[in-house]
Amino acid sequence: MLVYASFSYALEEEKEQTLQEEITEYIYHHVQDSHDFSLFSTKDKKTGEKKYYGFPLPVILIDDGIKFFMSSKLDHGKKVVESSGKYYKLYHSKIYETDSEGYISYDENGKVTNARPLDLSITKSVFSILLVSILMFYLFRSLARSYNDNNQIAKGVGRFFEPIVIYIRDEIAIPSIGEEKHKKYMSFLLTLFFFIWFLNLLGLSPLGVNATGNIAVTFGLALVTFLITNLTANKTYWKHIFWMPGVPVWLKPLLAPIELLGVLIKPFSLMIRLYANILAGHIVLYSLIGLIFIFKNWVGSSLSLVLVFFISIIEVLVALLQAYIFTLLSALYFGFAVQEDDH
Amino acid sequence: MEKLISEFSSGLFFWQTIIFVTLIFLLRKYAWKPILDTVNEREKSIRDSLNSAKQAKKEMENLQAENKKILQEARAESDAMINQAKQTGKELVEKAKSDARSEAENILAQARSSIENEKRAAMNEIKNQVADLSIDIASKVLEQELDKDKNHQEYIDKLLNEKKFN
Repeated sequence: MLVYASFSYALEEEKEQTLQEEITEYIYHHVQDSHDFSLFSTKDKKTGEKKYYGFPLPVILIDDGIKFFMSSKLDHGKKVVESSGKYYKLYHSKIYETDSEGYISYDENGKVTNARPLDLSITKSVFSILLVSILMFYLFRSLARSYNDNNQIAKGVGRFFEPIVIYIRDEIAIPSIGEEKHKKYMSFLLTLFFFIWFLNLLGLSPLGVNATGNIAVTFGLALVTFLITNLTANKTYWKHIFWMPGVPVWLKPLLAPIELLGVLIKPFSLMIRLYANILAGHIVLYSLIGLIFIFKNWVGSSLSLVLVFFISIIEVLVALLQAYIFTLLSALYFGFAVQEDDH
Repeated sequence: MEKLISEFSSGLFFWQTIIFVTLIFLLRKYAWKPILDTVNEREKSIRDSLNSAKQAKKEMENLQAENKKILQEARAESDAMINQAKQTGKELVEKAKSDARSEAENILAQARSSIENEKRAAMNEIKNQVADLSIDIASKVLEQELDKDKNHQEYIDKLLNEKKFN
């Protein structure tokens, strides 16, 4: 609802830009990470000034020491913030170092040449990740506790999640990794599945969070899978990479680089798959919502609304499916890494 | 691709990785381990209970079969005992009967023979008595008429002997 509301406000008032351009910019803005947690915005009719509703988040910059201030000071790029002798300005969702006037310089390609400090701000995505983490900890801690109080039977919301935990163990971990070795990967697989699933679902909420559709997040997840795979891998796994058994000797050195590349491609595909699926889903959803305002008639707009409704349902499914695929493939990679030589 | 790299938010990556890894360790200690342990324990106890129930059922069946067998055996044994006792009783009665019969016969035979003997003895006695009496009488008669002659006595004995009492 909030998303629709902000659309209608934004679109009806804006006359300088064409509607399509406005929608494109809006979508681009919404799939990006942001330094504020803004829920919706309105525009004053007379002054044309945008007003944002939401709450600010802390900005942390590493630039000759740690700079800390709230994002409300940046005021969505309108103000220059001075912090211990340096000036910072928000420009297209990025923080740049500027002079006291907030001057942004460009090179011949139109790229910003200003220096960028290392930005470790608690952005909207980081905030959402924290929120989901706290929620997960609370949920599963209470599930673990409920066993003690209720004679080993889950109570409350844990009753819904317990079968999923068992499903991940019985249908993902054990078939992929094996009965004896799956145990040490269970913590990661369970955390991974629920983390992605919850973040995907949060991304579908009208809060406009897009954490799993951000490549930095999926890169982090894939990196952990990559590290676990290669750090727990046994001799057989490395032997299959560098000196493939069962093929002619002249082929072995040729296969090694391909296999080595495969080691990197596996987590890379994980990263791209999740990122692209979620980002594409968001863009499609936002575009279809935008179509409602482009049509501006009863037939087209209501058709778009129906379409939005069905795509939303599909996206809920995709949220679960992508979490499942990421978990299943991670488990398969772990399975390859610990497989015993049975030739 | 170039845009992807230039837009890459290292801050988000930094926080996400730290939060995610911390979450894994926290959840492992406080959630996954207790949850999976409990689930495993529960599954094990269910499996054990089912097994023991099956075992108990089997034992019960065995016990019942054994009871039945013992009962049958006892019945057969008691039947045999009763039959034997009947047989023995019958035999005993038969034996007693035959013993009694033979005893009675013996006694009867004995009685008969003793009667015969007594009879014979009595007859002899009577014969002797009659002879003596006769001699006595005769001698008394003859004492008066005849002197005592040996021939007479012999003659009388001969006569007596000829007259056998039957």
